[in-house]
Amino acid sequence: MIIGPFLPAYSRILPQSADYVRVLPEIVLSIFGMIVMVLEPLIDEKKSQKVLGGIALAGALAGLMATWLMAQSPGMAFWNTVQIDGFSVFFHVLVTAIAAVVILTSYEYMSVQRIRAGEYYALILFGAVGMALMSSAIELVLIFIALEISSISSYVLAGFRRREASSAEASLKYFLLGSFATAFFLYGVALMFGATGSTNIDQIGKTLLAGPIPLLAFAAMAFMFVGLGFKVAAAPFHVWTPDVYEGSPAPIVGFMSTAPKAAAFAVLLRIVFVINVPGKFWLIWISAALSMTLGNVGALVQNNVKRLLAYSSIAHAGYLLVAFAASPGLGTSAAMFYTAAYAAMNLGAFAVVSHFANAGERYVNLEDYEGLGRSSPLLAAALTIFLLSLIGIPMTGGFFAKFYVFSAAVKANMIWLTIIGVLNSGIGAYYYLRIIVAMYMRESRRDVPVAPVPTALAVAIAFCMAATLYLGIFPGETLRYAQDSAQQLVQQAPPEAPAAAPVATIPATL
Amino acid sequence: MSIDNLSSIILTLVTFLPLAGGLLLILFPRRDRDIRIFALVISLLTFAVSLHLPVHFQRSHTEFQYQIDLQWVTTPNIHYHMGIDGISLWLVVLTTFLTPLCVLISWNSIHERAKEFFILLLILETALIGVFTSLDLFLFYFFWEATLIPMALLIGIFGHERKVYAAVKFFMYTMIGSVFMLAAILWLYAHTGSFDFVVIRDQVMRGAVPQFPAAAQWLFLGFFLAFAVKVPLFPFHTWLPDAHVEAPTAGSVLLAGVMLKMGTYGMLRFNLGLFPEQSRHNAGWIMTLALIGIIYGALVAMVQPNMKKLIAYSSVSHLGFVVLGIFSFTQAGLNGAMFVMLAHGISTGGLFMLAGILHERRHTYEISEFGGLASVMPVYAASYLAIVLASAGLPLMNGFIGEFLVLSGAFQARAAYGILAATGVIWSAVYLLWMYQRVFYGKVTHPVNNSLRDLSAIEKIAVWPCAGLALLMGVAPIVWLGAIDPAVQAALTPLTRVASRMVGR
Repeated sequence: MIIGPFLPAYSRILPQSADYVRVLPEIVLSIFGMIVMVLEPLIDEKKSQKVLGGIALAGALAGLMATWLMAQSPGMAFWNTVQIDGFSVFFHVLVTAIAAVVILTSYEYMSVQRIRAGEYYALILFGAVGMALMSSAIELVLIFIALEISSISSYVLAGFRRREASSAEASLKYFLLGSFATAFFLYGVALMFGATGSTNIDQIGKTLLAGPIPLLAFAAMAFMFVGLGFKVAAAPFHVWTPDVYEGSPAPIVGFMSTAPKAAAFAVLLRIVFVINVPGKFWLIWISAALSMTLGNVGALVQNNVKRLLAYSSIAHAGYLLVAFAASPGLGTSAAMFYTAAYAAMNLGAFAVVSHFANAGERYVNLEDYEGLGRSSPLLAAALTIFLLSLIGIPMTGGFFAKFYVFSAAVKANMIWLTIIGVLNSGIGAYYYLRIIVAMYMRESRRDVPVAPVPTALAVAIAFCMAATLYLGIFPGETLRYAQDSAQQLVQQAPPEAPAAAPVATIPATL
Repeated sequence: MSIDNLSSIILTLVTFLPLAGGLLLILFPRRDRDIRIFALVISLLTFAVSLHLPVHFQRSHTEFQYQIDLQWVTTPNIHYHMGIDGISLWLVVLTTFLTPLCVLISWNSIHERAKEFFILLLILETALIGVFTSLDLFLFYFFWEATLIPMALLIGIFGHERKVYAAVKFFMYTMIGSVFMLAAILWLYAHTGSFDFVVIRDQVMRGAVPQFPAAAQWLFLGFFLAFAVKVPLFPFHTWLPDAHVEAPTAGSVLLAGVMLKMGTYGMLRFNLGLFPEQSRHNAGWIMTLALIGIIYGALVAMVQPNMKKLIAYSSVSHLGFVVLGIFSFTQAGLNGAMFVMLAHGISTGGLFMLAGILHERRHTYEISEFGGLASVMPVYAASYLAIVLASAGLPLMNGFIGEFLVLSGAFQARAAYGILAATGVIWSAVYLLWMYQRVFYGKVTHPVNNSLRDLSAIEKIAVWPCAGLALLMGVAPIVWLGAIDPAVQAALTPLTRVASRMVGR
């Protein structure tokens, strides 16, 4: 009774229903994850794979639907800590779709590797919660929490091939270095709070824009970049990548190399373009150039396909970073498109790799791929398309992704970075080509058994392939969406340098 | 359907018909005979449809014809813009003419994975035609890169002993060359807001592109490098002999016949079209490289013990003529360059087919393995002679017309260039006739050669059109030059304007 008069005040303190809608995907994913955890000990171990995986898949699909609901009510939630806009919806869709595809690829993998563990699927869902939240959080502390949620599930997932020493090594390495990196991020957050008195990204941006920039802000920016640079495997924070990718279960590598990366890039996009710290340009420039070069050069000499793709993912992080050095609007949309295209092609590639790998991941070396074009033509053709997309050949998503990124870079007049980039993508073609060469142009020397493709995996590969080709032939729709949401995102950002495009209308006879 | 309606979609039809055929072929069961026949039907159909282009071509018009311009992606502003003028017209027809011959020549030589072979061949045809028909720089780059994959796979899967090395080398050379072009295209887009060749050219001509004078030299080089690798201009030619020797016959035919022309076509269209001033400035060293290519290619060809390598190096020499003609900036030189492109496509395509026929019987390309074949394979020898003479530039054959025009253009530009290039004609006669003599005349030195079969019916159908056309082009060049001449004149206009401005200063 007494509460009555205070209701208005309470309503300001208590979350509204709209607040919950704006984190609905996270809630749905968490609930499904918990269901999996609860059911896991109750179900017969032999049947558990199918059932738990099915529930997890249903969870991811429900998460997609929840994202659709969430998209209907854009705005702030939970006292301006979460912002739902086109940008965060984009990454929500991306992350949950990736989770769904990974769950599909894991079915077969788990039974072939004889890993019986329901928490595997739960961890994928929990990881997705963290990554989704990373893309919508605009409060640095919340971002940190989301980052931790996503990282901790990745650490555990990396170690799931329990019988393998390399998997344990991967998990431990990832965990130790990862915690170190998140500590850097947290340190950066603290310094930023010290410099501006706020942990809200918008607020920080406004403060920095209004007055002279305190020295502390530069350090804060650098620290945060270290933390996020680690997560996206950008050089010089990339050293962990090959070992971790080599040891982790193949479907999980597909997951780790796409979803957390996309989420970390989302955070980086918000931080880089909304918090306008001068000097970040060179930070990104150097990191991008280093990542592209080290990634591609490192990949040239790899014989293990997983390691090769690990170096390739470093190189792709570099291409993506090029977009960050461009102007906010173009850069953001190019980066968004790139994360989507990269997710489609890389997940597809890892889906095929995890099928070929067989029990104990015996067949992951280049020699094992020899003659596959003949023995399993469809899978080889699928892998070829994904690899061509990674090279950046027309008709595939990878081509347009690179194209937009470099186009944005040239528009921002970064000719040198563009040249380093295009040259790298030329060199990079070589190592992807080695896999294609092995599959089609060499005769098999070893007897590599290839099991028939189960339905779930076929669906996953077909989906990735459809996405790769769709982004390669009809990129317009996705790109327009990315541009619209980038526009919303950068509204509060400092005005973009005047783009060169309108020059076309200047009468020439002046 | 009326002619007007057809004309608006004809380029799309010609370009994508082979691709559609290739995709349909995927559904075919693995019965090689059906697959071959279907591939032949599709490629012949494409050729028939492509004949619409020269028949209804307005020879007096210099602007692009059969244009189609649709928005593909709004931002960035990418158009599906296709159109041809007298320069690209014949290159398209050359492609559609050579592809059915490639199918025929592979009729019996491809036993394994025939389905993949013909699918790749048809996809390659689409990509090659697309390069010549697209007027949007993005679309152009798209097709340009798209030619790489099927060709690399053709070499790598169906080639000879060192196929993998050759395929990867081919791929990497072209890929790394073309990324510089991509950078240049992106720059142009960033500063003009368009990928459309016509729009960009007009803006460049009006001087409406900001910062253009400072960047133009780099842009010119970006484009030029990609094209020079493809031509291949000395010293970027080292991938060519490897690729040719290892490639299957059909691959060599399309590689020499059409793919090399992508480079010279690109120079003519984009380097001259967009950067007339820089073309003038750089012409000196480019012509020098072309001359080195002519003479060096011929000398190296002369000492080759391997027939296919000899033909490959002769391509380096012939393509040197093309580049020389283009950068002579004279009407005759450009006409000649265009004509050499076509003539080389026909005659070298024919030579590669003939070499392939021999390889099929003896599994070797070594010239020393043969001798006295004229008595064993008279029809083969006669066909070979016709095409060798065409390639060597005998008057009344197509090689002569082109080389004569190029040389007269080079003389107009600078006499020394003309004189040096003229020696190339002599060299080509030397290496080709000497090779012919060693293979066909004298006594049969190896007993195995006594039992060689003469040309089969299918092989005759594949080779004779080349020989016939070589003669026809030599006798009535005006049929081809009639369309080429106005287009070349239009391409030269900005260059003469630049020249007069430079003289005025």
